[in-house]
Amino acid sequence: MDTKKKKRWICLFVENEIGVLARVSGLFSSKSYNIDTITVGTTEDTTVSRMTISFTSDDKTFEQIKKQFNRSVEVIKVVDYTDIPIHMKEIIFIRINHCSEKDKKELFRIAEIFDISIVDYNYSSILFECTQTEDRNDALIKLLQEKFLNRIEITRGGVVATEAIGISNR
Amino acid sequence: MKISGAELFVKALKEEQVDTLFAYPGGQAIDLFNALYGEKDIEVILPRHEQGLVHAADGYARSTGKVGVCLVTSGPGATNLVTGIATANYDSVPLVCFTGQVPTNLIGNDAFQEVDTIGIMRSVCKYAVTVRKREDLAEIIKKAFYVAKTGKPGVVVVDIPKDIQLAMGEDTYPDEINIRGYKPNTHVHTGQIKRALTVLKNAKKPVFLIGGGVNIAHANKELTKLVELTGIPVITTIMGKGAIDTKHKLYVGNIGIHGSYAANHAISECDVLFSIGTRFNDRITGKIETFAQNAKIIHVDIDTAAISRNIVVDIPIVADAKNAINELLERAKPLDLEKWVEQINEWKNKYPINIGDSDMAPAKIIQSINKIFKEAIITTDVGQNQLWTTQFLDLNSNKKLLTSGGLGTMGYGLPAAIGAKIGNPKKDVVAIAGDGGMQMNIQEMATAVVNELPITICVLNNGYLGNVRQWQEMFYKKRYSSTCLRYRKGCETACNNPNKKCPEFTPDFVKLAESYGAKGIRVTKSEDIEKALKEAKKEKKVPTLIEFIIDRETNVLPMVRPGKALSEMTLEYKGEM
Repeated sequence: MDTKKKKRWICLFVENEIGVLARVSGLFSSKSYNIDTITVGTTEDTTVSRMTISFTSDDKTFEQIKKQFNRSVEVIKVVDYTDIPIHMKEIIFIRINHCSEKDKKELFRIAEIFDISIVDYNYSSILFECTQTEDRNDALIKLLQEKFLNRIEITRGGVVATEAIGISNR
Repeated sequence: MKISGAELFVKALKEEQVDTLFAYPGGQAIDLFNALYGEKDIEVILPRHEQGLVHAADGYARSTGKVGVCLVTSGPGATNLVTGIATANYDSVPLVCFTGQVPTNLIGNDAFQEVDTIGIMRSVCKYAVTVRKREDLAEIIKKAFYVAKTGKPGVVVVDIPKDIQLAMGEDTYPDEINIRGYKPNTHVHTGQIKRALTVLKNAKKPVFLIGGGVNIAHANKELTKLVELTGIPVITTIMGKGAIDTKHKLYVGNIGIHGSYAANHAISECDVLFSIGTRFNDRITGKIETFAQNAKIIHVDIDTAAISRNIVVDIPIVADAKNAINELLERAKPLDLEKWVEQINEWKNKYPINIGDSDMAPAKIIQSINKIFKEAIITTDVGQNQLWTTQFLDLNSNKKLLTSGGLGTMGYGLPAAIGAKIGNPKKDVVAIAGDGGMQMNIQEMATAVVNELPITICVLNNGYLGNVRQWQEMFYKKRYSSTCLRYRKGCETACNNPNKKCPEFTPDFVKLAESYGAKGIRVTKSEDIEKALKEAKKEKKVPTLIEFIIDRETNVLPMVRPGKALSEMTLEYKGEM
């Protein structure tokens, strides 16, 4: 087994009941594992919720986490998304404050290149809405922080993923 | 017909063939108790504290194989269950615990006696749920019993708000339940069994390492057959002890930090380790890097999460112990292991567990229990009393040991004995405890007296919290910090010198037993040990508490020091480690 830590994704199908999210997050905390992101929503069957969870761990820990979920009464199915073709997206809002005219020009250019929508705007602030893969969002944040450090507010939505039909996009 | 939630609760218990309920009333459970009033098919036992209650249900479940059932009120009733639930769940004991709850419209309002019971219980049980609608009640109770007793057994908590108890609804109770997220494994992978047997075929020095899973699966007969067929020596964990007759010629002893020299050496030198129903807890492995380092490891466990968690195994088999052993029995062949068995016997004879030379050596007490109680259920508390018991107690098909192995809960011994006696009225039940743990649920003496349970309670009194004191002696330069139970105001705060001038121990256990209406005997000389035990055994109506005054600083030996390999056992302690 690989003892190196790497990024993992799992998809959980769980009972849509009070307390199930606490059960799932509690399993992580009781074993001292940290969640990077977690997103939850109902599915076509309203009694079932679907979660996409990302975290960083070594192989052994990851196996344990999957087994712990598999034996939970409230967890219906566990799918490992780490190495299979999936489509993955994360919504992110970034507000940039105290912009000069020059800043704004540059931000419009960034928006064009990164395929970002500008959804709100006034004379000094700009609000980006961006739905990309987690990696691209990370790259965008890095880029903006170089220039606009202390002037940006970031709201990340966490990763949502689904299995690919033909092409993978992660 | 429409009936109330409380009436449905009683009906469900009957459908589940619950004949005994361990219950303590309170405001938010009063309607459930009202429905139980005068009920003839269910005996309701009223302990004196909810912790005693849940340990009693645990002892009942472990000794009968049935599900133990608890009923308590909301708030403090529920929180008092926590330790017992964790204890039972850790040792895979099937319990269903019902807790009253404030009415649904008050949940979250910080109502009187309201706590988030499920939030508290979730991490120490197998499944926990609040009933939110009257129409869900029957199905949830069915689910609770099913989840508690199937797969790796465990504790299920069902929280029932007061308005649900009162609400009228259908009287039907389902015969079956299908839970989409819970499908316990019943099947054995034949390919893995064959692979395991191929490895075993070429083994020169194999051993079986047997955990509690074999006792839980009631696979004792099957295991004995398999051992006799293959000729492979058997080592047990504390929870696995008794899986095979401890007098069997192929039984080596217990593994672990207080295991036997022969068992720990056999594990360290074996070439195939065939383990069934143990999770390789840190108390048994010693230094993990050196654990069975020359061996191919085969691991049978019902819980996938137990496999390759602590040690990496070569052949995992996810299965119920009994099913797996039956599969093995069909295919296994005798092995020629004469030399290996000889080697183990040599270790056994050369380094037996030392019984110590004191007149009131704990070993003598346990050996006398062996002699007087041929058929019995033995419970222990936690600490030195537990370790001496697991070292010296003989077990066979007529004798069962109940002990808190995973959580190590002091205060377990007495209430567990009460539950065991209630479940097995014809069997002798003996509780072995220390002077510390005995006081953690001493109030249950009253439960034993009022229910006319003639159990034998052996208190090994050294005036210390002995196991911690032993560690302080060996690893903390004899700094006996807060472990002396004879300490009184006026004593030196830093004292490691027990002597004749030490203050009297309190309470006087003999008088205390008598005040409860039980019998009390104090034994200070070894010649009186057997007499006292015989007297207790003769008693048919009231419990007998025997206080054995033992030497204050007797240690449990041999032991493996923290961080050391199993093969590096300390056999004797002479003041230096």
